[in-house]
Amino acid sequence: MGGVIEASGLGKAYRRTWALRDCTLAVPEGHVVGLVGPNGAGKTTLLQLAAGLIAPTRGTITVLGDRPAAGPAQLARVGFVAQDTPVYTRMTVADHLRLGAWLNPGWDDSLARRRTGQLGLDPKQRAGSLSGGQQAQLALTLALAKRPELLLLDEPVASLDPLARREFLRMLMEAVAEHGTSVVLSSHLVADLERVCDYLIVLVASKIRVAGEVSDLLAAHRRLSGPRRDPDTLPAGQDVIEESHTDKQTSLLVRTSEPVHDPAWAVTPVSLEDLVLAYMNPANEIPARKPQLGLVS
Amino acid sequence: MIRLSWLQFRAQAVTAAAALSAAAVILAATSPHRGVNAGFYHWLYMAGIVVLYLTPAMIGSFWGAPLISRELEAGTYRLAWTQSVTRTRWLAVKLGLGCLVSIATAGLLSLMITWWGSPIDQLNDSRLSPLTFGARDLTPVGYAAFAFALGVTIGLLLRRAVPAIAVTLAVFAAVQVAVPLAVRPYLIPPVRTVSPLTTSNITGTGDGGPGAPGVGGQPGPNLALGAKVDIPGAWVYSVQFTLPGGSTNLGPEPQACISGSGNACDTALARLHLRQVVTYQPASRYWAFQFAETGLYLLLALLLTGFCIWRVKLRS
Repeated sequence: MGGVIEASGLGKAYRRTWALRDCTLAVPEGHVVGLVGPNGAGKTTLLQLAAGLIAPTRGTITVLGDRPAAGPAQLARVGFVAQDTPVYTRMTVADHLRLGAWLNPGWDDSLARRRTGQLGLDPKQRAGSLSGGQQAQLALTLALAKRPELLLLDEPVASLDPLARREFLRMLMEAVAEHGTSVVLSSHLVADLERVCDYLIVLVASKIRVAGEVSDLLAAHRRLSGPRRDPDTLPAGQDVIEESHTDKQTSLLVRTSEPVHDPAWAVTPVSLEDLVLAYMNPANEIPARKPQLGLVS
Repeated sequence: MIRLSWLQFRAQAVTAAAALSAAAVILAATSPHRGVNAGFYHWLYMAGIVVLYLTPAMIGSFWGAPLISRELEAGTYRLAWTQSVTRTRWLAVKLGLGCLVSIATAGLLSLMITWWGSPIDQLNDSRLSPLTFGARDLTPVGYAAFAFALGVTIGLLLRRAVPAIAVTLAVFAAVQVAVPLAVRPYLIPPVRTVSPLTTSNITGTGDGGPGAPGVGGQPGPNLALGAKVDIPGAWVYSVQFTLPGGSTNLGPEPQACISGSGNACDTALARLHLRQVVTYQPASRYWAFQFAETGLYLLLALLLTGFCIWRVKLRS
């Protein structure tokens, strides 16, 4: 218990290709979790497994301590917005809010009305005639007004313009602060998530590359630059995530739990974006994780 | 969930109500002449039968097939399945409500058309005939429920609305042809009566060989007979003629029937002591057949519904 999402050996195959495999993770409560990875990495698969829309081929997943979509009570605790933010094109905005009220015991009607009002959505308008961004906002409103304990958002800001994107993230942060909602949101851009996420999962080629609290991750990684040197000569405890060399210079991104004392290196902290890009680069081989880093809490 | 299903199915229900009202007006306006089996009214009588066969097909392909396939196609199932309602309940309510509206539509239409056509049906004494049987009383209700469930199932499997509509139409048409030919005759074992053949019932004789009866003035190898069967309203499967021993090989056609007079032929035939074996369903079994066939279709609809729920539970 305690984890909002706990997965063990989780895998999902479509026909013969694995969309996700060997996924073991435990996302603690009360975080805004960024799920980052290139397109086709398995982000949508992981989120749909967590929402109970699809069933795992291998392994297990529990969400809020229960099997996803186990019953009405479990469904009520999890909000989900799919990537293409589907809405019923022939139903009006007001019909959608009615749908939410009918199907969800914890429905917050005033929240839903306030939000559609703020967004300038005409209740009588058919959802099919809304813009892509407005449809996304409507779908998000439905998920939010359901008052879930966990909100799963698949590429939620992809269809929003920069202003709406910022507004949406601000609203999301408010919801987290106000109701203690845990959030998992995916994106293929770290920049989208950097400002809001305090927990990060990097998914590449259907496997988890790294997962952990942003502050832990930042504390555990350093960029080392100095005269050209073979990375194999590094002391134990310093794992090379990414290396680049020129004729005279070597630049390394290392994972280490201890301060780096070697005077030959200029040691600088890494930005979250650099860190994620290093893990996302399929050319980089990620050394076996050390448990004491607490990457899996 | 019921309210949402109603919201989504309202348009179809309104269409059905409008169509039923139109049918009611037409049938009521022409009801003084409903016994007239000629001209426009005969045409209207036949149109009623056609409409009752088409209605379940339309229900299956235009209500049933898109019901789930459109949600799968547009991705809205992901919105529906992540509300606080399990997907099995979602499906069960959508299916149940759609099925009820389908049954009500077909039932009311059948009620009106059966009433309108009853004088001609009585005149024709044809309630068990394959054509009218499926367009009277209960059977359209069974067809509608089955067609709807069939459409939903095919939509669920194909996941695309337009192909689902086409396939539903084709499969349902095939079932509608196959059942009267291959299933309905076996729903209830037929009655078999053996009675002496009275010569006055014989309508013709032949030699059973190739060519016209009695060609060339020579007796044919096998006597073939034609005879009237007078069982009012019965659905006759077959009429056979046997010798008293039970053999269907009646021997050569008597010479009297080839060259002699009618009376001589009758006498010759009477000497054979022929028996007539009739396999048929009596008219009194009309309601038994109605219940059996409607029940069969309702059972199939129920099985398809169960399959859909199992499939949705398991899906992806």
